[in-house]
Amino acid sequence: MQINVLEYFVKTAERWPSKLAVADSQQEWSFERLRRRAGAIARQIVKFTEATNLPIAVYLPKANEAIASFLGVLFSGNCYAPLDVKAPVSRTQAILGQLEPSLILTTKELGAQLQSAGVASPHILILDDLQDEEGPIPDRWQECIDTDPVYIIHTSGSTGKPKGVVVTHRGVIDYIDWARDTFKIDEHCVIGNQAPLIFDNSTLDLYLCFACGATLRLTPEELFLFPVRLLEYLADKSINFIFWVPSVMVAVADKRVLDRVKGLHLEKILFAGEVMPAKHLNVWRSRFPNALFANLYGPTEITVDCTYYIVDRDLGDDEPVPIGRPCRNSDILILNEQNEACQTAERGELCVRGTSLAAGYWNQPVQTAAAFVQNPLNPHYPELIYRTGDLVYRNENGEIIYVGRKDFQVKHMGYRIELGDIEHFVLQVPGIRNSCVLYHFGEKKIILVYEAESDIDPGFIRNELARNLPKYMWPSVFLFRLELPRTPNGKIDRQQLMTEYGK
Amino acid sequence: MENVIAILKNIRPEFDYAGVDDFFAHGMLDSFDLTVLVSSLEERFGISIDGVDIVPENFRSTEAIVLLLKKYGAAT
Repeated sequence: MQINVLEYFVKTAERWPSKLAVADSQQEWSFERLRRRAGAIARQIVKFTEATNLPIAVYLPKANEAIASFLGVLFSGNCYAPLDVKAPVSRTQAILGQLEPSLILTTKELGAQLQSAGVASPHILILDDLQDEEGPIPDRWQECIDTDPVYIIHTSGSTGKPKGVVVTHRGVIDYIDWARDTFKIDEHCVIGNQAPLIFDNSTLDLYLCFACGATLRLTPEELFLFPVRLLEYLADKSINFIFWVPSVMVAVADKRVLDRVKGLHLEKILFAGEVMPAKHLNVWRSRFPNALFANLYGPTEITVDCTYYIVDRDLGDDEPVPIGRPCRNSDILILNEQNEACQTAERGELCVRGTSLAAGYWNQPVQTAAAFVQNPLNPHYPELIYRTGDLVYRNENGEIIYVGRKDFQVKHMGYRIELGDIEHFVLQVPGIRNSCVLYHFGEKKIILVYEAESDIDPGFIRNELARNLPKYMWPSVFLFRLELPRTPNGKIDRQQLMTEYGK
Repeated sequence: MENVIAILKNIRPEFDYAGVDDFFAHGMLDSFDLTVLVSSLEERFGISIDGVDIVPENFRSTEAIVLLLKKYGAAT
């Protein structure tokens, strides 16, 4: 009976100690090497803190050391919270203020940045000089149960305050067991990771490595700039499994380079995080006619994914790619405005029930209570569902089709963004009186329409926003208005602006 | 050359691109910027850059970009 995600790793490291586990652009580590490093980190952590089941922040670039740190945190009986090293320090501080981690694992250089921004040094643990000599691995993790947290991942919040989603061992175990069985993953799998570690899609890559003995290649991020180099890397490293965001797959398909690189071994091609256009999927399918393609869907709050569709038929270029059916041990309710189950073809909000549900948002009881609610179809005993805010319907085949959002959340380059989060910081830019942030789905651009006395230099606005927002949240179109259009009750007329600037 | 610098400047106003030998090595262009740069160049010069030409060598300096544009017959 498995109750802790570490059981995957411990068994795998025993079974294949010398097999290649994880590789970044600098180093290749075997499972034994990874275990030793994780053990050394865990020993340091337990010296600093007696706590269990509390967050420990990992402020490190995507590399082997970050993976070892996640494992080290888990061995100490705590949960890890990966932080974005590219985010502005003020955003990191806002997250740290809310998270109150018992420790921050980082490097000398990054740690110095945190300290100069005012983060208290007793909580910073520098890993650069930590030796990874052999020693006993702390056993505090064995006290944890499966409802305890594994990680806390932060998502954009609509009022400028990121939300930390608390994901449990049970959720990850169910997800990984499902994925391993469904996609028949074993130790021959070589994973070409794309997802940043701050993005929960990386959970699949990491834990398939830990659970199945697969090799995890942390693809150097700069390769995603250069599609030919990226494909050459996949060929060179014999990568046969990828789980990428559609933006990246679309970019590769658009550049028409798939046929130009020889020696590709892709067997399983999975994607999630945003809508995958069938047109681009078809380009990939014609290049890899024998590969398995699967569209996965799910918000962070239900442990990565809750539905999947294995592409099993020809799809027209304009057809939607279904998000499919629920993953094993997960159930989907589609509820209409009256909180009743929708009929076939009737649109409603996708809601999820099952052990995959996150425990809630860290230190945010109000937001937690709003999103995790009693199942309205079950008046008999307490049972929570998670309301995703995604609008979907079931087609005649019983497959779920994604339609859009109920609110102002968008997916941009694979990142989940609340437009209100951007607006919150736009209003802090000197000179801007009011604003409305829109998303152009066709051109994939964030559009800022702002109200001010006069036109403001876009470079200035961008530099101001850069202090608080990560780059993927910056608008790329800046439109000045003396006055924003209003609805009769005085609110900014978003619909009017959407019509003016195109959907 | 000035056109190219103006486009770069528009993407990252905080940098001075003239005379720099390698934008990537100096952290002056990242993945978001490169995507914008390629589409800006395509739009500005009415060309379509082939995927095989999207390699670091062609975008690391203003000279490299001008050379690439010449290859596509764009008037810089």
